[in-house]
Amino acid sequence: MKTKLTGLALATMMAVAPSAQAGEVEVLHWWTSGGEATSVAFLKKQLAESGVDWVDFAVAGGGGESAMTVLKSRAISGNSPTAAQIKGPSIQEWGELGFLSSIDDVAKANNWDEILPEVVSDVMKYNGEYVAAPVNVHRVNWLWANPEVFRKAGATIPTTWDDFMVQAQKLKDAGYIALAHGGQAWQDATVFEAVVLGVGGADYYNKAFVQADMNALNSATTKEVFETFGQLRQFVDINSPGRDWNLATSMVIKGEAGMQIMGDWAKGEFKVAGKNPGTDYVCVAAPGTSGAYTFNVDSFAFFNQSDAESTQAQKVMAKEILSTDFQRVFNLNKGSIPARLGMARTEFDSCAHDSMDAFVASSASGSLVPSFAHGMAVSEAISGAIYDSATQFFNSDDSASEGVAQLVAAVAAAK
Amino acid sequence: MFDYLEKQLPKLIMAPTAIVMLVCMYGFIGWTAVLSFTKSRMLPQWEFVGWAQYERLFANPRWHVALDNLLVFTLLFIIIALLLGLMLAILLDRNIRNDGALRTIYLYPMAVSFIVTGTAWKWILNPGLGIEKMVRDLGFTDFEFRWLVEPDMAIYTIVIAAVWQSSGFVMAMFLAGLRGVDDSLIKAAQMDGASTFRTYWHIILPVMQPVFFGSVVILSHIAIKSFDLVQSLTGGGPGYASDLPATFMYTHAFSRAQMGLGAASAMVMLAGVMAIIVPYLYSELRGKKS
Repeated sequence: MKTKLTGLALATMMAVAPSAQAGEVEVLHWWTSGGEATSVAFLKKQLAESGVDWVDFAVAGGGGESAMTVLKSRAISGNSPTAAQIKGPSIQEWGELGFLSSIDDVAKANNWDEILPEVVSDVMKYNGEYVAAPVNVHRVNWLWANPEVFRKAGATIPTTWDDFMVQAQKLKDAGYIALAHGGQAWQDATVFEAVVLGVGGADYYNKAFVQADMNALNSATTKEVFETFGQLRQFVDINSPGRDWNLATSMVIKGEAGMQIMGDWAKGEFKVAGKNPGTDYVCVAAPGTSGAYTFNVDSFAFFNQSDAESTQAQKVMAKEILSTDFQRVFNLNKGSIPARLGMARTEFDSCAHDSMDAFVASSASGSLVPSFAHGMAVSEAISGAIYDSATQFFNSDDSASEGVAQLVAAVAAAK
Repeated sequence: MFDYLEKQLPKLIMAPTAIVMLVCMYGFIGWTAVLSFTKSRMLPQWEFVGWAQYERLFANPRWHVALDNLLVFTLLFIIIALLLGLMLAILLDRNIRNDGALRTIYLYPMAVSFIVTGTAWKWILNPGLGIEKMVRDLGFTDFEFRWLVEPDMAIYTIVIAAVWQSSGFVMAMFLAGLRGVDDSLIKAAQMDGASTFRTYWHIILPVMQPVFFGSVVILSHIAIKSFDLVQSLTGGGPGYASDLPATFMYTHAFSRAQMGLGAASAMVMLAGVMAIIVPYLYSELRGKKS
């Protein structure tokens, strides 16, 4: 009798689950501005069509720091949301603490191993099982340039760091700010990262800034990196400390400055200003990194749920995130490219096409590297140490060898 | 029954507050102290490592920058705010016209939050937007005032903004004190032919000693826990040149997943506050008894 009842219950559950009432998902995220909010609303609508209610749990505030604080307190008190916007090595840390739930069955059923590039799917897995779903891929090593400014100054867009110094000097001599930059730690780190990749190459990048190998960090190459990074100080204007990244972008848009090194979210600013890629602005890989790609993947990680209904809703959400519809709409709005491969690309602009091509090419050549400035490569403690060293060096007159010594000491202390 | 209730009522009413204080203040202070001896990173973890977090803390160059900044900031902030507040109070106490309006003007910055103060001064001190640009537009093209973007000087901009915010409050405290000074004392001094300066220096100021103490305690704890002002004015920058212990603690405990290290820095901050408060409480309580 008992088995029969259980069987009946199971059968009922199976029959009910995929239909109308599939429960609700509570999603912690910090996508509250413009294009990002539109993208989230689209996901909400898609889930509603599958019968899943969306409970918005948005915690606004730069880079998600406040959201993470809220998430930690919720998780400790045993009241985790269904899913939260977590990325990079943090997924592993949450996995180790035992908070994440496996969505491997959804992944298997939808061939995630096939449609996701390996570097991305590795990040999404804990202990070989999927615990998170990627929504996009940002390329960080972009150089944004205003061709009009370059023409007036008689300069050409640089492709190596040596050339960068020459061309930047021309811009400076012509009365322009050569490099539009916001002096905030993460922006200093973003430029530093481009220099690391451009000067040291992908192998060095991986050894020193992904594996945090002390020998690679304490090397002549690192000194060379700091020398180049230090030369950039002279091309940044005096008002840069504390400036937000989008204000730096608008300096390029207005033609006050020649270039900016920033991830592809900068494209949104150009778009809003009504500028067209190729004619009004140019996007090229940061100097010396044309074959390489520093990626920054946003993702949703899934938390353990106590009841079956929420678990079911969670799985529906995981499936929808990797649907072609969501990936297309979300990334068109955000300026990034879809995380899944082989999607139709006609709607995307030329910068996104470049990004897609470079993504595939660098993936094949092994020069696709995680961005340490955006929390993809090393733990928060080590990336914090790198931030400190980079920003301290850039805002002082320290010599390259002092920069190396400081970086090595800071990373060793954070390990 | 009623008598009993009446006797116990004050205790009953105070009890919830006392419990909340015990748990939320002292309980969590204790918890933070315990955390500072563990290897906690992203979440609390109960693996004890002795003084290792404190060793790491004091090996961190950024922490030393924060401590030096705190010393510079606290000293300058307290001294300047006290002097300025006292001066304003004495001037206002000279029975000038419209002192009510003036008092409001000086006190008003106190009504503004540190975030607003920080943001406003960030614009005022920005070389491309504020004072430097204004003076240059007036024709003095060589004028330079760019402390905000100079790593060595950034901490002084925080002093400027904090003094602007708090000296009106110090003024109000002193003004209350001055108004409370017995008129007959002053009259007697005048009869004896003391100059105004001597009257203030030898008679009025000594009477106001408790006000001094009160102001110093309030200002020093504002200084030590200073967080929002730094965050909005310089963001700890350029680089981490204007970091204070409070911003250091927040960054490491919450955004860098180094909870143990953050807890250790919080304990050092607490020790700093205690070093000021305990002698004060001691002298206060002893004074009451005698």
